[in-house]
Amino acid sequence: MKHVPDATADRTFTEDGTTDRASVDSLLSELDEYAVEQALRLAESDAEAEISYLTVGPDDARDALRKALAMGGDAAIHVSDEDIEGSDAFGTSLVLAKAIERHGFDLVLCGMASTDGTMGVLPALLAERLGVPAVTHLEDLAIEDGTVTGRREGDGATVRIQGALPAVVSVTDRSGDARYPSFKGIMAAKKKPVQTLGLADLGIESAQVGRAGARSGVDTATRRPPRSKGEIVADEGTGGVGLAAFLTTKKFI
Amino acid sequence: MAEILVLVDHVDGAVRKPTLELLTLARRLGEPSAVFLGPGADTATEVLGRYGAGKIHVVDAPEVDEYLVTPAVDALTQIAERTGAAAILLPSGPDGKEIAARVALRLGSGLITDAVEVTAGPDGPVTEQSAFAATHQVTAHVTQGVPVITVKPNAVAPEPAAADPVVEKHDITFGPASASVRILSRTPRERGDRPELTEADIVVSGGRGVNGAENFALIERVADTLGAAVGASRAAVDAGWYPHSHQVGQTGTQVSPQLYLAAGISGAIQHRAGMQTSKTIVAVNKDADAPIFELADHGVVGDLFAVLPQLVDEIERRRS
Repeated sequence: MKHVPDATADRTFTEDGTTDRASVDSLLSELDEYAVEQALRLAESDAEAEISYLTVGPDDARDALRKALAMGGDAAIHVSDEDIEGSDAFGTSLVLAKAIERHGFDLVLCGMASTDGTMGVLPALLAERLGVPAVTHLEDLAIEDGTVTGRREGDGATVRIQGALPAVVSVTDRSGDARYPSFKGIMAAKKKPVQTLGLADLGIESAQVGRAGARSGVDTATRRPPRSKGEIVADEGTGGVGLAAFLTTKKFI
Repeated sequence: MAEILVLVDHVDGAVRKPTLELLTLARRLGEPSAVFLGPGADTATEVLGRYGAGKIHVVDAPEVDEYLVTPAVDALTQIAERTGAAAILLPSGPDGKEIAARVALRLGSGLITDAVEVTAGPDGPVTEQSAFAATHQVTAHVTQGVPVITVKPNAVAPEPAAADPVVEKHDITFGPASASVRILSRTPRERGDRPELTEADIVVSGGRGVNGAENFALIERVADTLGAAVGASRAAVDAGWYPHSHQVGQTGTQVSPQLYLAAGISGAIQHRAGMQTSKTIVAVNKDADAPIFELADHGVVGDLFAVLPQLVDEIERRRS
């Protein structure tokens, strides 16, 4: 689960090129809700299933866990350590992988990307680090006989893919609408256990993560100048002709 | 000069346009070399040479087609090690990004995804990316290892530069992870006669205001008049009016064409994130308060069923 700045708010960067989390409210990344939904559906058909949510981030990242727990599930893990701040995808994936290994797993479900960084590489990095299949970008999935099978919308083709459990699976926003937490769910979430871990619990050195461990750096982060206000005309019977004239001046016709 | 590896995106040897864009960018950084995985390299040699590939590294192993992503990771990592490559460029799609991430992890390299510009800097490639629904511009560089960079389609216009490529065949040692995710079936995306969404210079998109699958024929007619690809908003896709493969937006396809025509699209933030980097934006919408007009270089407040047919007629009149 990732706690991200609200995508509908006016987001910006701090001076050192990281996301400014102070200026806008954050919430559970919308794309992670689809992973929660799939986890809940799988648990509904398997009485043995246990769902634990995992996030990495400062104190308020617990809000993302509470939101997920309010939708359903059993418990959550919050990895928080100030040395993690400024981590790139490699540092973040190291922290997540160590936490997942420590907890144990049959299936790691992820959203296809976060709505802030939008890299979409964490599921693949987790699978690489955990040494398990990466069954990613699924629009539907089925688990049967220890394998996960699903439809993936790839670069130039739609493929059906299959990998053995344990596995890392990521799902897209086409996988099925996420449920809303009920009042009962919100109340129940307050009682569900949330464990807090630091880097020392995971056996990670500070130099491996955060800015110190990052393998790339932001040089500049600037706001684009707003688009200059275009010409907006009300159609009074010649809107199409006017549009064609505009496209002609821009040499599209 | 050191080799810059470009992972070739192809369908049975038919090279897709983003690869030509990557070769064009690679020339700024060093000697472009194409990495061709799977069958069909013979078909691709001519076009890769025409766009400046001095070398083509070929891996024609069945693993590449039978398993997802990981065989390509083995191949690209081993070729990067053998050639001492100075940078690796890949297309920014789900496959390209996952290959890039795993290659970078194995090589101890930094990774930058979704670059819209790559230039040579004093400490290696410098990239530009759009952030936060394209409201911000970020420049960055890799600080560790061989830079691995994925580039969005349409970042640069492909420029031919004749080369006579040397073809080098590679044997790859595929690790246990290579056979971890099997491809059971593959349905290539239907190409049709229109340009592909990501590659098109012009995109004509329809949204909620199109009001029905059958009315998308009008969007298609405008697209065909302009030689454009057809896009759709999430609302139109969710309503089942047009296939998801045409969805433009943060979680659909992100496009940055020369011209984006939005018809009956209000311009929700998720849609804007997918088209905001278009060079010229025009919009037709009944609602004068639609947020899409904040982006439009030219906007028509009106009924798309009146405006678009007139637009088509006027384009045809001006051309004749």
